Amino acid sequence: MRNILTTCVYCGCGCGLYLHEENGRVVGASPSKNHPVSRSNLCVKGWHAHEFIHDSSRLTQPLIRKNGVLTSSGWDEALTYTAKAFRKIIDKTEGTGIGVLASAKCTNEENYLIQKLARAVFKTNNVDHCARL
Amino acid sequence: MTNSINEIEHSQVILVSGSNTVKTHPQVARRIFDAVDSGASLIVIDPRRSPLARHADVHLSIRSGSDIPLLNGMMRVILDENLADDAFVEMRTENYHALRDMLYRLDMDEIVALTGVSLDKISRAAKLYARAQNSVVCYCLGITQHICGTDNVQAIANLAMLTGNVEKENTGVDPLRGQNNVQGACDMGALPGVFPGYQSVADPEVRHRFERAWQVSLPKTAGLTVTEMTHAASDNPIKGMFVMGENPMLSDPALGLVRESFANLEFLAVADIFLSETAAVADVVFPAATFAEKEGTFTNTERRVQLVRQAIAPVGESRSDLDIITALSEKLGYPMPYASAAEVMEEIALLTPIYAGIFYDRLAPWGLQWPCFDREHGGTPFLHKYNFARGKGRFVPTSHKPPSEPTDAEYPFVLITGRSYHQYHTGTMSRKTPVFNRECPEGLLEIHPLDAKTYNIRAREMVRLSSRRGSIKVKVTLTKTVNPGSLFTTFHFAEAAVNELTVAARDPQAKCPELKVCAAKIEKLET
Ligand code: SF4
Repeated sequence: MRNILTTCVYCGCGCGLYLHEENGRVVGASPSKNHPVSRSNLCVKGWHAHEFIHDSSRLTQPLIRKNGVLTSSGWDEALTYTAKAFRKIIDKTEGTGIGVLASAKCTNEENYLIQKLARAVFKTNNVDHCARL
Repeated sequence: MTNSINEIEHSQVILVSGSNTVKTHPQVARRIFDAVDSGASLIVIDPRRSPLARHADVHLSIRSGSDIPLLNGMMRVILDENLADDAFVEMRTENYHALRDMLYRLDMDEIVALTGVSLDKISRAAKLYARAQNSVVCYCLGITQHICGTDNVQAIANLAMLTGNVEKENTGVDPLRGQNNVQGACDMGALPGVFPGYQSVADPEVRHRFERAWQVSLPKTAGLTVTEMTHAASDNPIKGMFVMGENPMLSDPALGLVRESFANLEFLAVADIFLSETAAVADVVFPAATFAEKEGTFTNTERRVQLVRQAIAPVGESRSDLDIITALSEKLGYPMPYASAAEVMEEIALLTPIYAGIFYDRLAPWGLQWPCFDREHGGTPFLHKYNFARGKGRFVPTSHKPPSEPTDAEYPFVLITGRSYHQYHTGTMSRKTPVFNRECPEGLLEIHPLDAKTYNIRAREMVRLSSRRGSIKVKVTLTKTVNPGSLFTTFHFAEAAVNELTVAARDPQAKCPELKVCAAKIEKLET
């Protein structure tokens, strides 16, 4: 078993916790002793922070809506399809027709890149997330 | 937060407003209880008798939406009792006269009537807060999710400055940020008006710096906020949307409008780990990796930037949002060639002064608190150490604004929405976790036993809960946590989606929706 020190994904307290990895699966979570916030303690969400990872309803393949139904597809097809659809709207509306929702659950780096995508590629400042909700 | 979580332990008086801290910020609550154990006093402002309120020395059970009159009332008491920190006010603040004039014009009887709190309690709270050496205020969405959210925050700042409880260790005004990385998402410029580090998109100098770094021309005017995008319904200027890890079809207020807005899109792409309510209506869905399957950083409520480390490979064919964004960008003819998340952080440090000293090799073991201006800088545990960000702290008098939807004969209840301990937000993750579903399997509507009696409703009975915008069926629980005339429920559950009912009104400045107050009625279901 390996223990990986990381940061809890639930609330803004930001506890330090260890994920326990066994044979490519995350099997448990436990608090860091010396982390300034956790100090050997997690709330119930932290103790169970790993449980949704291997849930059977995880999305594992890209989906494209075909004849009204979401259908499994390959990555390249899904990305090309999405890029074409956005390109059409960017060209038609000069960017003002696109909206981007970033996420308070994603990392800083991902939020940085999505606002860069919105501003530099979609040419819009219509980018926000659910901070107010 | 202006200060750090651990400083709360050393405060003598803790004032908590609009935060069900025990449930939403367990570690902060733990510090509060530790402080109380070692003799600190606790003041709680909350319309509900939350678990924290039960431990309070003074619980100010205000009418939802009357925070400003209450805080003004407290400040008036502080003036009358000569408890203001005159030296601090004189040297570190401006516009004090405007505040003082407003406070002296207050009619305390009117304040008692608006808030529903006795003068005695208001004055006890004010004296407690003002007399201590170190008093700290923690507030949460109960303050900001009102049409007057910005003014509420200003009123708290006024109180803290009037008593000199800022700029020092163990004091401060601490907004508790809800989601694990809501602080970071704001820092990173996932906001319509600012680049990373809160640098305005309208400032030409800033914009040119980003244009040079990114080698493109950039739009000049601020964009639309979430609810402007999701509430425009049929005249939505937005034709296509890209949604990463959010679920507006359950989290946003006035869901009817949200559904209409999404139905009118030409194209919707969603990246998420599960098929959320929003992903289910998308044209393309990208399977995203979880926090255990990628590298990166989160920034917590005390501005601590911390590492997220990969434990396992992405499940199935899922990919991190980072990989999804860069791949899409490349397809759109703008390659983003980063070898790792650490390299993205180097670019962030280059363009974001408050993150300029944040590098991965410096983040072990416990991260760094921004502002961190360069590689040598050790981070900032509490803000405003020597002065406020914009020079002197400015008093701005604020006055009561009634909630956007008053109760009336038809909709006599005030409905408040919030969160529970065992579920998280729209449940995309937490509802996939067995223990949480055992502990908190369904949304319950809290109602005071007296009201239940009037309506002849028993515990665990299903009722119809309606507002002017919609209605849902929900199971009732009787509790004195809520006052008579108030109802409370959570928004975690799609089966009882309370946001079908909530109002679309927003704070005009922060555009924060008024999720804490809406007029509602309950009806017994025919059996
Ligand atoms: S363990 Fe609990 S208190 Fe700590 S960050 Fe996670 S959700 Fe928050």
